[in-house]
Amino acid sequence: MSSKYDVLVIGGGNAALCAAIAARRGGASVLVLEGAPKFYRGGNTRHTRNMRCAHDAATEILTGPYTEEEFWEDLLRVTGGQTDEVLARHMIRESKDILNWIVEQGVRWQPSLGGTLSLGRTNSFFLGGGRAMLNALYLTAERLGVEVAYDAEVTDLVIEDGMFLAARLKRPIDGETEIRATSLVAAAGGFEANIEWLKQYWGEAADNFLIRGTPYNRGSILKMLLDKGVQKVGDPTQCHAVAIDARAPKFDGGIITRHDSVVFGIVVNKHAQRFYDEGEDIWPKRYAIWGRLVAAQPDQIAYIIFDSTVVTSFMPTLFPPIAGQTVAELAGKLELDPAALEKTITEFNAAVLSGTFDHTILDDCRTEGITPPKTHWARKIETPPYLAYPVRPGITFTYLGTRVTREARMLMADGKPSANMFAAGEIMAGNVLGKGYAAGMGMTIGSVFGRIAGREAAKHARN
Amino acid sequence: MHGTRILDEADRLMTVCNSCRYCEGLCAVFPAMEMRRAFSDGDLNYLANLCHACGACYVDCQFSPPHEFNVNVPQTLAVARAESYAAYAWPQAMSGAFARNGLVISIVAALSMAAFILGFAVLNDRDVLFGVHTGPGAFYKLMPHNAMATLFSAAFLYAVLALVMSVRAFWRDIGPAVGGRADGGSILQAIRDAGELRYLHGGGVGCYNEDDKPTDRRKLYHHLTFYGFLLCFAATSVATLYHYLLGREAPYPWWDLPVVLGTLGGIGLIVGPIGLFMARTRRDPALLDEFSYGMDVGFIAMLFLTGLTGMALLLLRETSAMGPLLALHLGAVFALFVTMPYGKFVHGIYRFAALVRYAQERRTAA
Repeated sequence: MSSKYDVLVIGGGNAALCAAIAARRGGASVLVLEGAPKFYRGGNTRHTRNMRCAHDAATEILTGPYTEEEFWEDLLRVTGGQTDEVLARHMIRESKDILNWIVEQGVRWQPSLGGTLSLGRTNSFFLGGGRAMLNALYLTAERLGVEVAYDAEVTDLVIEDGMFLAARLKRPIDGETEIRATSLVAAAGGFEANIEWLKQYWGEAADNFLIRGTPYNRGSILKMLLDKGVQKVGDPTQCHAVAIDARAPKFDGGIITRHDSVVFGIVVNKHAQRFYDEGEDIWPKRYAIWGRLVAAQPDQIAYIIFDSTVVTSFMPTLFPPIAGQTVAELAGKLELDPAALEKTITEFNAAVLSGTFDHTILDDCRTEGITPPKTHWARKIETPPYLAYPVRPGITFTYLGTRVTREARMLMADGKPSANMFAAGEIMAGNVLGKGYAAGMGMTIGSVFGRIAGREAAKHARN
Repeated sequence: MHGTRILDEADRLMTVCNSCRYCEGLCAVFPAMEMRRAFSDGDLNYLANLCHACGACYVDCQFSPPHEFNVNVPQTLAVARAESYAAYAWPQAMSGAFARNGLVISIVAALSMAAFILGFAVLNDRDVLFGVHTGPGAFYKLMPHNAMATLFSAAFLYAVLALVMSVRAFWRDIGPAVGGRADGGSILQAIRDAGELRYLHGGGVGCYNEDDKPTDRRKLYHHLTFYGFLLCFAATSVATLYHYLLGREAPYPWWDLPVVLGTLGGIGLIVGPIGLFMARTRRDPALLDEFSYGMDVGFIAMLFLTGLTGMALLLLRETSAMGPLLALHLGAVFALFVTMPYGKFVHGIYRFAALVRYAQERRTAA
């Protein structure tokens, strides 16, 4: 290990590896510092499965075109306009080429997975999932001569006048505790696994959050950069949160703890009261609001309640539903007030109007006379066994980040671009995503800005 | 709850995998899993035998050890597979042969070769046993052709019977296909899939062995072994036809079809098993059933021994070593035949049946 590199990449996920590969291909010497042990390398990329890229025609694995304009409209819609149009349009344009570039780095695509047909036109899926994608990127990076260090926790960044000089390590690598480099690419993700930090915005409720990714996404690099004068972007209270099974582990439960059964039943809180329209919109469009909704309930817990008639309507789940032959028995197992749950279900059933059920469209099965209503897919819950999944907020990622230019170059608080600091991935996703989310965008941000950051960092180092 | 601890674990894993599905593009196991929401013993034995142990799903899994979900599909299915061989063995009294398979195979091989040497020594004069014999019928000076044909036909037919009964038990246990029924199309598809080892490919990049780099060569060595075996079988079949139809007696000249087939097959049966053994020793123990070492190596060794003695016999058939080498070769082949239903050989039969079932299900789903 030499004592000075052209490009230092901090982080080990999709964005970091794309940056490392691009920088190395640009002729730079590159060191990647991954704070996690090898098995947990890659942060949230471990748990991803697809990427959203614009394309003008169908491909072997994509069922039809997805134009830049359509991508832009989708982004505008999900963010409610909270996006940097110049940066976002630049990303969307670049995403077209990523579809091929990422394959050149060894990543393989496959058609959309079973149960995700709605994404078959827009999103390209990684064969074998996110960890397979990461493995391919690491193999390519190492083959190109990128050096990678694991368990390489950075404790401090030496930055003077917006110029990165060195990173300090908790544990020495080959006797060195300070790594100097001509350029820095920060691609170390957000702070979703840092409960103390989350508490600044969420209070004690954050203790009841489950974190869908590894415990290593602590945002320490993001914090150092913001503390040392890099301009911040994004709302710190924003995070991608879905309702996941309350029995999931505190960290790294990944995709398999998710629940897609909300539209097939009702959701109640610990007082056995409903609190939101479960049938508001097609599930993929409402999937990501339920984390926040549950976070706002007492003790951050809720229960999806349904009956035996719908059990095969959604993907099989990791944890089996909790079952009771009567509503009261189910309530007992969930430690809810049986009378309250019976009342809620009786009132709900009485309010259900008859209609023609079709979960693929906004059907005419709705309730009348209750608050909140269930505006679609409302059917009586009356066929035992009665079933339930307990759910808690599952935090996927955070939006607070460093502001960057089109070249992925960080902007300092005074508005000046940094001389040699670049950012890619979740750590700067807030530039593009002010709020909201659409499947696969995180990986698009990671790959596009990772590649740009690596290229620009190498260019700076070699000049 | 299932009949065994390993099937309970396989059920747990398939429940995890069925809620993830990231691996569905890697091989046949995961699409077959997705056709089900719950898993009977038969379903799990079907999936276990459908798995080719390429290792890709272990390397690609975000939940493999040390993750607390502890998802290790290749190892779990390897153990389940080995246990299924014992469960379906015919007659059931023989299922114990799988428990200490390496030992069983070694003893049978040793006894068989010893019996042939002893038989040759007892039934032949010393100068016949160590004599130089050439020309048509040379081998039969040591053992009459009819005796040889009778003995080996009996051994072979017994093996076929035991295998048919075993695979019948398997086929019944895995139950009806999800949707389809067996037809010519699915059998042809299975022959193609088995013939090219379609799913021994790590999802396309190659298999995994000692680490997370897809550099494994087991597919090549398996092809050498399998096609070597088939060529040797073809050589024997052609020679049998020569004998009965054309009245031409072995040994045949080097350029004649039985010898050409046998030589090519013999080379495959020497090189292939060596390669498989080397790959086996390098393999990450995390991917393996720790108790199947004896079974795996025993079968590889039997094939190697068959190839080696056969090639030695070919090279030295015109010397005084021919008699003892013939005894060794016949002993090896006899042991191979009689242990076929009670060793690793059965993996090919069950996997083929599983591939037929998968082809049926795919055709119905399509």
